[in-house]
Amino acid sequence: MSISEEQVRHVAMLARLGLSDDQISSLGQELNSILGHIDQIQKLDLEGVETTAHPMEVVNSMRADVIRPGLSREDALLNAPEREDGAFLIPRIVGGDDAS
Amino acid sequence: MSIDLSKLSVRTIRDGLASKTWSAREITQASLDRIAATDESLHAFNQVTPELALAAADAVDARVAEIEAAGGDLAAELPPLAGVPTAFKDNMNLRGTRTTCSSKILSNYESVYDCTAVRRMLDAGAVPLGKCNMDEFAFGSSTENSATGPSHNPWDLDRVPGGSSGGSAVAVSSAQAVLSLGSDTGGSIRQPGALTGTVALKPTYGRVSRYGCVAFGSSLDQIGPFARNVEDAAHALKAMSGQDPMDATSMSNPVPDYAAAVRAAKVDGMKGLRVGIVRDMLDMDGLDGRIKRRTEEVVGIFAMLGAEVGEVDLPTSQHALSAYYIIGPAEASSNLARFDGVRYGVRATEAEDVMDLYLRSRAEGFGPESIRRIMLGTYALSAGYYDAYYGQAQRARTLIIREFAEAFENYDILVTPTSPEPAFKIGEKSADPLTMYLNDIFTIPVNLAGNCAMNVPMGMVKGLPVGVQLIANHFSEETLLGAAAILETEIGFDTTPPRAQ
Repeated sequence: MSISEEQVRHVAMLARLGLSDDQISSLGQELNSILGHIDQIQKLDLEGVETTAHPMEVVNSMRADVIRPGLSREDALLNAPEREDGAFLIPRIVGGDDAS
Repeated sequence: MSIDLSKLSVRTIRDGLASKTWSAREITQASLDRIAATDESLHAFNQVTPELALAAADAVDARVAEIEAAGGDLAAELPPLAGVPTAFKDNMNLRGTRTTCSSKILSNYESVYDCTAVRRMLDAGAVPLGKCNMDEFAFGSSTENSATGPSHNPWDLDRVPGGSSGGSAVAVSSAQAVLSLGSDTGGSIRQPGALTGTVALKPTYGRVSRYGCVAFGSSLDQIGPFARNVEDAAHALKAMSGQDPMDATSMSNPVPDYAAAVRAAKVDGMKGLRVGIVRDMLDMDGLDGRIKRRTEEVVGIFAMLGAEVGEVDLPTSQHALSAYYIIGPAEASSNLARFDGVRYGVRATEAEDVMDLYLRSRAEGFGPESIRRIMLGTYALSAGYYDAYYGQAQRARTLIIREFAEAFENYDILVTPTSPEPAFKIGEKSADPLTMYLNDIFTIPVNLAGNCAMNVPMGMVKGLPVGVQLIANHFSEETLLGAAAILETEIGFDTTPPRAQ
């Protein structure tokens, strides 16, 4: 499989990466080179083989449902680029003339 | 008194404290002095923490005084890592330090809690020297992908130390530190271990808690030690192992006394140990012929020492690199979604709206290899490609796990080279990502299967250290470390580079 420039732009948007045209172009070439190698995996006959997401057979590792101390508000906000009234401050999310 | 750190081990430091030969402060100051004298040319550290180090050393010395005052036995009561100068990869959180992952996007990040493995090392008496350079977010095999610049190999400053835990490898190899911790997702402890001639261990997945280590590939990542001898690595492993309520993937298997297992193995020898050389990996393209021959000689040493030696093939593992470069980036793209300029890290200025803030903070904050991996992972997980890539890789992973399980029915230890070539020149591979990826061809299958494995220095090629990888089954670290210790004694490799002597 090879990846088109349009797909590279689409994936960059999915990944929330605001890339330049130059970056899109060079990434397209690099990803195609890497995918060219990775595509060897398509040769394996894996029909009927179950998937593995995790190397150990651990299911529903639980702990006691007890209250314990967590991060203080001060610590949680220590690295905040901007903060206000004990909360993270971010730019507007909904556009001014956008009804959504 | 002048203290030569290159001659010290966990055991000799502790013995010296018990016999009042030196104080923890003297050992720590010797480490800090050595860092000050050498790190401009090596760049092992992103941050050195003299205040934390000296405070920890003074706490050890206070403990010595306390035990003495109570008429206690220092040799019995001092903690196992008392006074041991230890460095940590810069993806492990420790209060009082920045945790940058060698990335611009986290360049100002102050830790607000402690990584469990780090905390356990410090609780065992280790002294924190600082945070070590790495490939950004652990993406790489050379430590060149660092926003703070490359680390340099103590055996040849023009060469890379390997990666991604390159700084941690350099700190131990150059005797700035006696122990260091790295993290290994596809070889990031073992490969720099091979390139710097250090003992480097990736424990079984789940042996060591991952809590507080910035996640790359959560089903692959594991923290482990660098040391200049096998017994030191065993001491470090014991200190940090065991279940942690903060990491649901950490396992409850009991933690044996690994250093005792090492000493016992040296007495008992290898008789009855079943050792399998992985033949088809040895026949792979791109493996340096001298490393191949040396690996075969090492298996000869095992046979000479009484091990039962045979050959095994791992054909599905030929596809491990492909599976890894789907699963690793897929997990990474998900893990790195949190770096968006909202709660921490570098934020793009004057963003129009929150989408603009995400897009620019991420594009400006991540380096080229991080962007590449995020793109690769996002693509592999995206609609229409998910099953062909991610699904296929997960199925291949199942077969690789089975293949290892079958091999371990017949063998206790599997043997491959750790890296296909010795340390390469800085800049030599940075233009072609795929060439760089091939450096981890022998180490990657082990992460997919979750087994434990380690690098043991096995000699020199072209004046540079090369290493053999020993692999053992899940939670068989005692067997692994025991075999490594016997081999270490037999090979007699001097882990100290000439410039550090």
